[in-house]
Amino acid sequence: MQEALEALGLAGRLIVSMDGDVLEIVALSLQVSLTAVAVSCLIGLPLGALLAMTRFRGRNVLIVLNNALMGLPPVVVGLAIYLAISRAGPFGVFGLLYTPTAMIIAQTVLVLPIVTALARQTIEDLNAEYDDYLRSLGLGIGGRLRTLLWDGRTGLITAAIAGMGRAIAEVGAVIIVGGNIDHVTRVMTTAIALETSKGELALAMALGIILMAISLALNAATHALRGDAMRRMYA
Amino acid sequence: MIQRTLLAAILLCVLALPGLTADRFIILQSTTSTANSGLLDEILPKFTAASGITVRVVAVGTGQALKNARNGDGDVLLVHATTAEQAFVADGSGVARHDVMFNDFVVVGPADDPAAIAGSADVLDALRRIAAATAPFASRGDDSGTHKKELSLWASAGIDPVAHSGAWYRETGSGMGATLNTAVGMAAYALTDRATWIAFANKADFKIVSQGDKRLFNQYGVILVNPARHPHIKADDGQAFIDWLLSAPGQAAIAAFRKNGQQLFFPNAGRP
Amino acid sequence: MLDPADEAPLLELRGLTYTATTATLLDDVSAALPATGVTAIIGANGAGKTTLLRLLAGLLTPTAGEIDWSLAGSARRTAMVFQRPVILRRSVDANIRHAIAPLGLNEAEAARRVDEALAVCRLDHLRTAPARRLSGGEQQRLALARALARKPDVLLLDEPCASLDPQSTAAIEAIVRQAAAASTAVVLVTHDIAQAQRLAAWVMFLDAGRLIEHSRAGAFFAGPQTAEARDYLAGRLPPIAPGDEGS
Ligand SMILES: Nc1ncnc2c1ncn2[C@@H]1O[C@H](COP(=O)(O)OP(=O)(O)OP(=O)(O)O)[C@@H](O)[C@H]1O
Ligand SMILES: [Mg+2]
Repeated sequence: MQEALEALGLAGRLIVSMDGDVLEIVALSLQVSLTAVAVSCLIGLPLGALLAMTRFRGRNVLIVLNNALMGLPPVVVGLAIYLAISRAGPFGVFGLLYTPTAMIIAQTVLVLPIVTALARQTIEDLNAEYDDYLRSLGLGIGGRLRTLLWDGRTGLITAAIAGMGRAIAEVGAVIIVGGNIDHVTRVMTTAIALETSKGELALAMALGIILMAISLALNAATHALRGDAMRRMYA
Repeated sequence: MIQRTLLAAILLCVLALPGLTADRFIILQSTTSTANSGLLDEILPKFTAASGITVRVVAVGTGQALKNARNGDGDVLLVHATTAEQAFVADGSGVARHDVMFNDFVVVGPADDPAAIAGSADVLDALRRIAAATAPFASRGDDSGTHKKELSLWASAGIDPVAHSGAWYRETGSGMGATLNTAVGMAAYALTDRATWIAFANKADFKIVSQGDKRLFNQYGVILVNPARHPHIKADDGQAFIDWLLSAPGQAAIAAFRKNGQQLFFPNAGRP
Repeated sequence: MLDPADEAPLLELRGLTYTATTATLLDDVSAALPATGVTAIIGANGAGKTTLLRLLAGLLTPTAGEIDWSLAGSARRTAMVFQRPVILRRSVDANIRHAIAPLGLNEAEAARRVDEALAVCRLDHLRTAPARRLSGGEQQRLALARALARKPDVLLLDEPCASLDPQSTAAIEAIVRQAAAASTAVVLVTHDIAQAQRLAAWVMFLDAGRLIEHSRAGAFFAGPQTAEARDYLAGRLPPIAPGDEGS
């Protein structure tokens, strides 16, 4: 109880004082995770929609695989990417290890399956409703895809939020490929892990509270956005 | 349209990222004890001021640090596992090994001291009493320098603790801080380096129960990763860091570092 | 069965058959459709009317037989209004814009067509409303507006007035008549016999997937040739068993 109160007070003080180090960590967390989510959406939304719109051999295998990948443990992803981009690994020459780019790659691998699977589900329902009409307009697959993505936007925003939740809360992958280097690759979750290992439990918890506050703010913002889209487009 | 906006946003984010700026830096693969104690935070700015080189610290267990360095994922290695370090140099992964400093290990335990070892200066005797009392003991269990040290102490005491793993001997498989958190949580004894212990904030009622035995001596060494094996290694800047660490200003900086008024690391470069 | 070839034909169905897994939904339909004027397709629920329309729209591929469009020349643009209109999650005018986007019109022409379609279908006051909030009848008018804005050669209408009030029905009928008088072929599925009489030049009567009567509207309504058509027009149930229930 004592510790929890202390953490709350500390979190409040850190936020109010706009502590430079904390701000830097928060900014990097947002940059890395938002970029990973954006890349995942850019790839995953069309990919999920295509999976929803097409029928081909092996489609079910892909869907099962996609769903399974949603449960990938972050440390496994971190390790796999470490092995790939380590200087001794196949992509070592790019010197990506211990950079924010490596963290973005890792989080993209974690988020992409979630965005793809949720997009597929959303678009599958919508496509059942729209397909005949869109085909009757003579639209090719590209045109139908664009229509479905736009009209499915409220559901797709939810997919992006779910992806963001996974990215910003994840520690196992970014700590391996980022190295938790101060001022370079230290993000909220790795900082929390570090403070915990130092036994600075109140500080760790305070950072955790800030992370939750950010998460809450992001969700509230997207929820408002989604509600607005709903109001304008739905009965 | 959406796609283009997204792309622009991503580009902006990536460009704004740190770490892509091409300032002069080296990567130091180090142990958690040097980083978590605050030593590196204290001395690295002094080196940067003197040389213009930034040091990016990756703080992991000694085993992982050695492995990362062997892969070429770091320019300089600063760890405490002398035998493994010598092997690292012997197999060509490192250029040369130098003593930098030492600190020592201590055994910590709960205030009620169930194995009655408080004040014991003979660490082997203390370990035997823990085993005899089957009092819980939290081990790193992660192949780190501290873990290796602990296993060698058990071996010297003639006890095979791993046979009791899961009973009174508990391997956390985590870093020093996490292991100490676990030890505090289950009132278990633990072996820790003094630096981490002094800096550790979640001590509860724990205290040092055994210290001072010269078998608890903990030597740190520094190694330049071999540029002949990994051409991208920043040999000059890495060597500059090593030279500074071993120089009078570097050694003085180590000696000047205090935590809670106590000196944690004792420079001993050039002294075997 | 009459051959309507004396009017310039638009397309010809030859032995058109559609089988879904086990059931044959459309069985060996052969007919020629005129290039202008309204052809009404009538028949009981489940007779295969929507299936025929979907084949004409190219949404289904025939299992056997063919649709020969060669008579229509190269320009063939169909627009279909579905029995249950699909309304996009956008505003009313955005729905129309979306429908004509594949035509690649310039902005001025596109804007003109949107305005025209909105006016014709009496949707002006709902221009920026969320389309899915429209009433059932308004949605049906929007579906028709989208189809008209495409200025199709063939307009396929699947019960377009099913949930319209009398005024809207009259307005739609005027639109259909106007389109048919110009150069558009209209294929209209309807259960409203009076409407078919008002609009159609030709009637196709489907029964259980078979085209059993195809004749000029006047002749069909004056004296249907088959017992099935007579029963349908009289609103009588078809006989259930060989025993009959008295007709
Ligand atoms: N994919 C399918 N598989 C099997 N049967 C189908 C399939 N699609 C439609 N049917 C059946 O085919 C028959 C004809 O359907 P269709 O929609 O063409 O009827 P309709 O003449 O338009 O009827 P209504 O007047 O009720 O709209 C119906 O009995 C329907 O249940
Ligand atoms: Mg129908």
